[in-house]
Amino acid sequence: MVSIQNLHKQFNKNVVLSGIDLNISEGGIFAVLGPNGSGKTTLIKSILGMVIPNKGEILVLGKTIKNNSTYRNKIDYLPQIANFPSNLKVKELIKMIKDLRGNTTEDERLITLFKLEPFLNKKLGNLSGGTKQKVNLVLTFMFNSPLIILDEPTTGLDPISLIRLKDLIQTEKAKGKTILITSHIMSFVEEVSDEIVFILEGKIYFKGSIDALKTKTNQPDFEHAIASILTDNHA
Amino acid sequence: MLKILKYSFYDLMRSRWSYVYLAFYLMLGIVLLFLNNDLSKAVITLMNVIIVLVPLIGTIFGVMYYYNSKEFTELLLAQPLKRSSIFMGQYLGVALSLSMSLVLGLGIPFIFYGIFKSNAIWDFSLLLITGTFLTFIFTALAFNIALSNENRIKGFGYAILLWLFLAVIYDGLFLMSLLVFEDYPLDQFSLFASMLNPIDLSRTLILLKLDISALLGYTGAVFKQFFGTNFGLIISFLALSLWVILPVFRIVRKSKKKDF
Amino acid sequence: MKKAITAIVFFLLVSVLNIHAETIEVCSSCDVISIKEAISLAKDNDTIFIKKGTYKEFDIVINKPLTIIGENHPIIDGERKGEIFTIISDDVTIDGLFIINVGVSYTEDFAALRVRKSKNFVIKNIVLEKLFFGIYIEKSHHGKIYNNKIIGDAVEEHSSGNGIQLWYSKHIDIQHNFTQRVRDGIYLEFSDFCTIKNNVSTNNLRYGLHFMFSNNDIYENNQFENNGAGVAVMFSKNIKMSNNVFRKNWGSASYGMLLKEINDAEISGNTFEENTIGINIEGSNRITYKNNNFIKNGWAIKVRGACYTNTFTANNFLYNSFDLSYNSKMNDNIFDGNYWSNYTGYDLDKDGIGDIPYRPVKLFSYIVNRTPETIILLRSLFIDIIDFSEKVSPVFTPDNLLDSNPSIKKITW
Repeated sequence: MVSIQNLHKQFNKNVVLSGIDLNISEGGIFAVLGPNGSGKTTLIKSILGMVIPNKGEILVLGKTIKNNSTYRNKIDYLPQIANFPSNLKVKELIKMIKDLRGNTTEDERLITLFKLEPFLNKKLGNLSGGTKQKVNLVLTFMFNSPLIILDEPTTGLDPISLIRLKDLIQTEKAKGKTILITSHIMSFVEEVSDEIVFILEGKIYFKGSIDALKTKTNQPDFEHAIASILTDNHA
Repeated sequence: MLKILKYSFYDLMRSRWSYVYLAFYLMLGIVLLFLNNDLSKAVITLMNVIIVLVPLIGTIFGVMYYYNSKEFTELLLAQPLKRSSIFMGQYLGVALSLSMSLVLGLGIPFIFYGIFKSNAIWDFSLLLITGTFLTFIFTALAFNIALSNENRIKGFGYAILLWLFLAVIYDGLFLMSLLVFEDYPLDQFSLFASMLNPIDLSRTLILLKLDISALLGYTGAVFKQFFGTNFGLIISFLALSLWVILPVFRIVRKSKKKDF
Repeated sequence: MKKAITAIVFFLLVSVLNIHAETIEVCSSCDVISIKEAISLAKDNDTIFIKKGTYKEFDIVINKPLTIIGENHPIIDGERKGEIFTIISDDVTIDGLFIINVGVSYTEDFAALRVRKSKNFVIKNIVLEKLFFGIYIEKSHHGKIYNNKIIGDAVEEHSSGNGIQLWYSKHIDIQHNFTQRVRDGIYLEFSDFCTIKNNVSTNNLRYGLHFMFSNNDIYENNQFENNGAGVAVMFSKNIKMSNNVFRKNWGSASYGMLLKEINDAEISGNTFEENTIGINIEGSNRITYKNNNFIKNGWAIKVRGACYTNTFTANNFLYNSFDLSYNSKMNDNIFDGNYWSNYTGYDLDKDGIGDIPYRPVKLFSYIVNRTPETIILLRSLFIDIIDFSEKVSPVFTPDNLLDSNPSIKKITW
């Protein structure tokens, strides 16, 4: 699905990614983890073509993403901070994205799912963080793309919505889609992900299942396993 | 690109600033024409407004729009859209809506005044064309500044500086160098120097209409050829177009390399 | 007794001559086929009718009082061989001829029509083309030049002549003539008490109208457009110039009107429009400028120095690039009660007069005088700023050069 070879990226003198090699096969849920500033978002943005790598190659569905924009038709992306043009109405935003990407009817179902009907005629600038995140989710899931990238999807969600989100993720997985998630909520990651990719100082430190990570770190549970990686490496 | 253009344009058309801008020009037009009742004087005052204010508004507005629509841009970047079409669409959206406010704001009072029946129609059209060119140039320059500066305070600072430089300081330096080197033939230099500044260029273009009698008072052959024939008009328009094309070209290039 | 008889005989003789003044017709099929022949046959005060046709003649000398009338503008073709008509008698009238191909010479000023040492002549309805000098009046007086049309094809000053030239002549009345593309449209040298009215002078190489050492003349209601340099008035006194129009005289040494060493003149009701320089003044004193319109000129008035006690009142200065340019710090001229479209003051007491004085000389006009290339910075914001600071505290411009009573409204008369 996604194949990354020798990816380097630095912002000015600040090296963020230094030689990432990563293969994400088709189907399943992958969690990209790492401490703050480890390069998770940079990695995801590189895949999306928002960040231009200094070196290395990224292939999505077998094709290089360099100087290409149409491959993004195959990706649904949920950005980390739901910042939308504030003087647009929710309805207009959805209509606009549909206009840009092609039509779909999924949006209506998702709107009902997240109970967004009362907000459709409100301006995005007047919405709370949680509601914005729900709109964000609608925009992401309304297209039926084989690759879904979710950057901190749980931010600001109430428990009911969180459950709905998890359900949503599972249904998409069941359809055979590939889902890439970053999150700080370890319980959420443990619950949904099949495989984790741990990034540390711009490199892939670990890739594999959660169980394999537990064995490797000799820790009984996931949260401690992560913590031990961090303490070992910073000690 | 057209879709982005459409959304940027509508977005701006609904924003408060477009109305303020439009209202300002409407007021200006009405005050100049109906309170003063002197078309020639109105055209001269407008010229001053256009070569000073239009660049200022173009830069400020361009920078402001870029920073304010950062979220919108990021949203678009994740969509299957070419970067060049995203930025070109936004740029054209801003430049077009500003130009439209200018043309409508000044055009409506002038039409009511009866510009079509007056022989000032050419001077007036030239003013509007130059104003539109300046809007496109300075919005493009503003986008360049904003694309190169993540920090918006810095971006605004540079934008104001750019305007101040091109509108005032450049001419000061220009005048100094003409006075210092007055013993040398300077007509080619001075024409060249005014091509390098879009504000001077527009001013020259308007001078060709308003002050041709004074310009022909100077003896230099190059000046004479430039101002006395259509040569000057053509060269000025070409240079103005170049002033639009080059910054736009840089927007496209810069945007391709930028990280978000 | 004898004396009385002679007087009566003489009177009878004269009246017989007058009553029986004969007419002679000239045409290709008439008894008389050339103008020269007709003149030699004619007696004093005869009338010669020239029928339509082409007459290839030159050096025609009119040496007796005659009236020569062309019917339907017969063509007199000089074939570039020399002067065509020379009038050396008083009381000659020439009417309705079409004269072409005057000889061009570098040693002699050949004219289509020359009047020499004569008086009471009338020249009217003549059309001149392909000429060197047109109508040349030399040491003559009391003549009339009406309704003539002079169309030259001059390219260079040294090989062209003037349309109408007066030299040491007095009391000549020049009206409703049209001169185009000659060196000077109308030229007066040492000619006094002449009147020049309702003429149109355009596209001439040098001046539309030119005065040299001529005093007490009047010119009014004339139009001067697109000449090399408009009208030049030099070394003359008591000239009255009114209600003329000076337009589109463009070029580096071009002006609507050039005044040089002129004293005691009156300039009123004229319109100066779109000239590089409206009026260029040098060494001229005691001139009143009143009720003139200066519209869209490069410089409305350029004062080059040595100009004293001139007064400028109730003129309109409209949209000129520069209203006034001075090259010295001295000022002895008065500007009062003019309308300046560049005036930015206010009139709080509503008396129609601006409450703060107007300074017509800008600092920038000094800069342009010094370094002409700087003209390209005209109307720049930077220039406006330095002009403003000069206005607030004059350093370079004469402190007393101001109009203390600038009119708020355009002046009408």
